[in-house]
Amino acid sequence: MIAVIDYGAGNLFSIHNALKYLDLPHMITRDKAELEKADELILPGVGAFPDAMKLLSRTGLSDAIREQAQRKPLLGICLGMQMLFEESDEFEQTSGLGLIPGKVSRIQTSLKIPHMGWNHLRKNGDSPLLSSVSDESSVYFVHSYMAYTSPENVTAYCEYGTDIPALVERGNIFGAQFHPEKSGETGLTILRNFGGLTK
Amino acid sequence: MLDKRIFPCLDVRDGKVVKGINFVGIKEVGDPVECAEEYNRQGADEIVFLDITATHEHRATMADVVRKTAEKVFVPLTVGGGIRTIEDVALMLRAGADKVSVNSAALFDPTLIQKAAEKFGSQCVVIAIDAKKMPDGSWHAFTAGGRKDTGVDAVRWAEEAVRLGAGEILLTSMDADGTKEGFDLPLLNAVTEKVHVPVIASGGCGSLADFAEVFEKTNADATLAASLFHYKELSVRQVKEYLRKQGIPVRL
Repeated sequence: MIAVIDYGAGNLFSIHNALKYLDLPHMITRDKAELEKADELILPGVGAFPDAMKLLSRTGLSDAIREQAQRKPLLGICLGMQMLFEESDEFEQTSGLGLIPGKVSRIQTSLKIPHMGWNHLRKNGDSPLLSSVSDESSVYFVHSYMAYTSPENVTAYCEYGTDIPALVERGNIFGAQFHPEKSGETGLTILRNFGGLTK
Repeated sequence: MLDKRIFPCLDVRDGKVVKGINFVGIKEVGDPVECAEEYNRQGADEIVFLDITATHEHRATMADVVRKTAEKVFVPLTVGGGIRTIEDVALMLRAGADKVSVNSAALFDPTLIQKAAEKFGSQCVVIAIDAKKMPDGSWHAFTAGGRKDTGVDAVRWAEEAVRLGAGEILLTSMDADGTKEGFDLPLLNAVTEKVHVPVIASGGCGSLADFAEVFEKTNADATLAASLFHYKELSVRQVKEYLRKQGIPVRL
């Protein structure tokens, strides 16, 4: 069972649709007891970093996520991925969950911001999430901020005037800067791979 | 490097895909969810629904189409047509649309762009502009399905819309629309030079070469076409395979 963490920010509907389409048992919840029972967690997120972190802290979910992430796979998506890091300077300096070393800051590129559209994954080492995904597969991005982290935490980059960490991984903690639930077959494969981690 | 994107557009009335010429002899030609699934199989980068009824009572029907499509199609979905209020925007996003395209209502009340961008983020606000060339060489923005000249300069309107928070511009050339003689390159260049958000080119494509030309000669990020794909003159996949051969990056 996958728990999709509902902390009041972001559109959970498309993640729910994708998991349902893949026949992956899941629930949308903010109940800590449910997070404890779940085999895997998904942390979605749309919007601004400070608001999302405030919502997570206020609901007491940030501590629960940190604790659960010690022992089960966690996938952060888009802003949910960014929140896995130590801090962000979007609007104001805000602490993240601190599950992966690194920080989140604006994309430094001469190209249009936000980075919006289909871009290519360039693999950086192996990841169970990229099983059956070929190098240079396109996935869908919408973001203006990115993770600045050591390459050892990055399993795929995309190029946008600069190298943007697209998929990050540290132990059982995973993060996708793109939206797997909006990335066609490639995205569905990545979600299926995540769902298969505990099978 | 971003892929250039190919969007098929589905005209929907009362929950059915319809086709007609100059608003005369409109006939129902299919189920929108099935059509969207087919385009998804062909490799569409985004599915665009244009609600051509757009009366209040039918908006719920459109939301239902979006909801059912979002259960089966996992690429971005955009809905346009008759979006007048922030509540309309919210309804479509809640139904599963990723973006909402606004045309006339934004011209009547530009603060709608600002309100929608603040509430839901610029990434989901697409401003649709129907532009027609004037004798003095400028372009005016038209409303009411291209029947009414607003007198507003289309290029300046695009700039203003972006300033207010529009995340993308869907730019239809009324001069090129229906001609199948190619996209309106001068119009696209005029707008892409002024705005720094993605511009979707619409109107005029009739051949594979037209798609390559618009990406080679303008900074358009995407193209939108309805009839061409609907009548199977070309498939989305054919277009993308051709573009890749021409060295233009696309998702295949």
